[in-house]
Amino acid sequence: MIEHTRLEEILKAGSLEEILGTAVPYPKEIELKGKITRDTVEELSRIKNEPEWMRRHRLRALELFEKLPMPKWVIGVEELDLDNLILYTKPELQNEVKDWDDLPENIRKTFERLNIPEIEKKFLSGLTAVFDSESVYSQLKEEFEKMGIIMLPMEEAVRKYPDLVKKYFGKVFPAGEHKFSALHHALWSGGAFVYIPKGVKVPFPIEAFFVIGSALEGQFEHTLLVADEGSYVHFIEGCSAPMYKGFSFHDGMVEIYAHKNATVKFTTIQNWSRNVINFNNKRAIIEDNAYVEWIEGSIGSKVTYTYPSSVLKGDGARTAQYVVSLSNGPFLKDTGAKSIHIGKNTSSKIVSKSISANGGINIYRGLVRIAKGAEDSTATVSCDSLILDGESKAYTYPHNQNDEPSASIIHEATTGRLSEDKLFYLNARGIKEEEAKSLIVLGFISDILEGLPFEYVEVLKKVIELEFSEVGGVG
Amino acid sequence: MFMLKVENLHVNVGDREILKGVGFELGSGELHVVMGPNGSGKSTLALTIAGHPRYKVIDGRIIFEGEDIAGLSPEERVKRGIFLSFQHPVEVEGVKIIQFLQRILKNLKGLDEVGAYDVIFNAVQELGLDESMLSRFLNVGFSGGERKKLEMLQAYLVRPKLLILDEPDSGVDVDSLKVIAGVINKLHEEGTSILLITHYGRILEHLRPNRVHVIKDGRLVTSGGPDLVKTIEEKGFAAVGAV
Repeated sequence: MIEHTRLEEILKAGSLEEILGTAVPYPKEIELKGKITRDTVEELSRIKNEPEWMRRHRLRALELFEKLPMPKWVIGVEELDLDNLILYTKPELQNEVKDWDDLPENIRKTFERLNIPEIEKKFLSGLTAVFDSESVYSQLKEEFEKMGIIMLPMEEAVRKYPDLVKKYFGKVFPAGEHKFSALHHALWSGGAFVYIPKGVKVPFPIEAFFVIGSALEGQFEHTLLVADEGSYVHFIEGCSAPMYKGFSFHDGMVEIYAHKNATVKFTTIQNWSRNVINFNNKRAIIEDNAYVEWIEGSIGSKVTYTYPSSVLKGDGARTAQYVVSLSNGPFLKDTGAKSIHIGKNTSSKIVSKSISANGGINIYRGLVRIAKGAEDSTATVSCDSLILDGESKAYTYPHNQNDEPSASIIHEATTGRLSEDKLFYLNARGIKEEEAKSLIVLGFISDILEGLPFEYVEVLKKVIELEFSEVGGVG
Repeated sequence: MFMLKVENLHVNVGDREILKGVGFELGSGELHVVMGPNGSGKSTLALTIAGHPRYKVIDGRIIFEGEDIAGLSPEERVKRGIFLSFQHPVEVEGVKIIQFLQRILKNLKGLDEVGAYDVIFNAVQELGLDESMLSRFLNVGFSGGERKKLEMLQAYLVRPKLLILDEPDSGVDVDSLKVIAGVINKLHEEGTSILLITHYGRILEHLRPNRVHVIKDGRLVTSGGPDLVKTIEEKGFAAVGAV
């Protein structure tokens, strides 16, 4: 069967970058680059044929971007020259893409090499595929459309459902939080809008897959997910990029609004190539008795900053944030999670697991804040670091603030090292060093893997094995 | 024909000399016992033969089936048939025993997952072990007896030519001790050569060793027949082999 050979090919390849190969130039209809000015933003808004309110939203964000200072916590991004980025790329596409065959060959092949069309067919309720700045493919299976579910490229949603979008866009994660959120709101392009109506439970995951196909590209996709009362959805994000000279910049955003009793699972598996500087802005607002679960898996990129955040606004709101970060080689992951408790009886659970190898650095940065009045709320944070050799490092900077006497925060942290004796034991069982490392790493994150669908677990296992094999990984 | 020949072995850990000249020959299919007080160098001998990188051979040779194995990695040694049952088996969080055993059988015996599963399942039954342990994580939360029984299960699955047992009887309850001795006897009867390290002698009630060596302060001070065990039990290590 086709899908089988495809999955197998991916599992057998030397690395995911090998599958995608080197970036190839492709026909572009429009490209905006150079200094970020009012003109650029106006031009972008014009190209997208946006309503006036969105144009003004962008311009306000641009003003904030110009005013806000560079955050002090940003390190390791010396190459980041914002004036030299391609800020927007529109691939040359046919007017309407209804099928993978309607896409230009090289774009279609990129997604095919990653097995995306097959996964869509077998396994998903809907899929959005973003290539550089645009959603090039977006399909929701008909049966789900009939249930009233909306899944559209963000731009199309702005035009088709302005009132619905306006109600949430930029309200969960405002532009003015920091310089990069402002930049994102000024330049956002691509991404998905998802709305799940009251009481609708989406049986299969919805996926968005992002590819940065060019060097010096800035990707600013925006995903907005609204789960109405009592609904359920699992949204999966995948990220990948071929190899290219020079770096690319990702400054994406996810806004989630979980209404009363809704459940949203949001899973990210980020495997950018090692020349992507990756900023993520992810936040959820969670109403009464709703539940939001984040799984944030950061494998690739040169530098990643990501801290999925949950605002527990309603009484009885719950969240769990699982953060897995692998820094294998001279790369930095600055990751963590934030939970803000406002409602009564709210609960949050943060589980962070980081793996540092071959000179990799992991930083955990977390925030738990329980506001006065969030009675009987509980928060637990567990933060485990695994360090595989002497050159690698892990740091943790948790920040807990409890202003409510009846609430509690529990924090645990462990650091494990791969000892000579443990490695020898496995060697003495015929397991070589590289294999031993991937075994230990997969064991370390096994409880988080258990929460993922089978297909993703298989690919993830393979990715981690490749990271520690003699050929793949580093460099 | 000998299986293992240790010649004038000197071993350092860092700058400290732990073994200061140990030599003996273990014939094919024989069971030899190494005894000695705590800290005499018994475990060092076991770990050195298995190839632990911390234990550096300064002088002497280890000959296995006619080949000097000094330059071989631990993986190559186990592939050639030298299997060490550890005194302190390590814990690996999140790795299920069944998967771990399947991997061992894949690497050492070339069995695929399904084939390995059958072999493992049968072995667990033959040895009267608890099946449920297969879905637990490797040694995590295991008692001393459970750890040692798992070491024996691995040895039984691998069927090495030379089995080195480093204190298989320490920290083990009476019932587990019987199971462990049973596996050792089974393998011995099948022709496996065995080097057993102990300082109790209590497991020896269940076994029939060919020869007993006594190590004190890094030196092999005396060797003899099974009677030597009795002397040690009655009079202590001080009574045998002047240092």
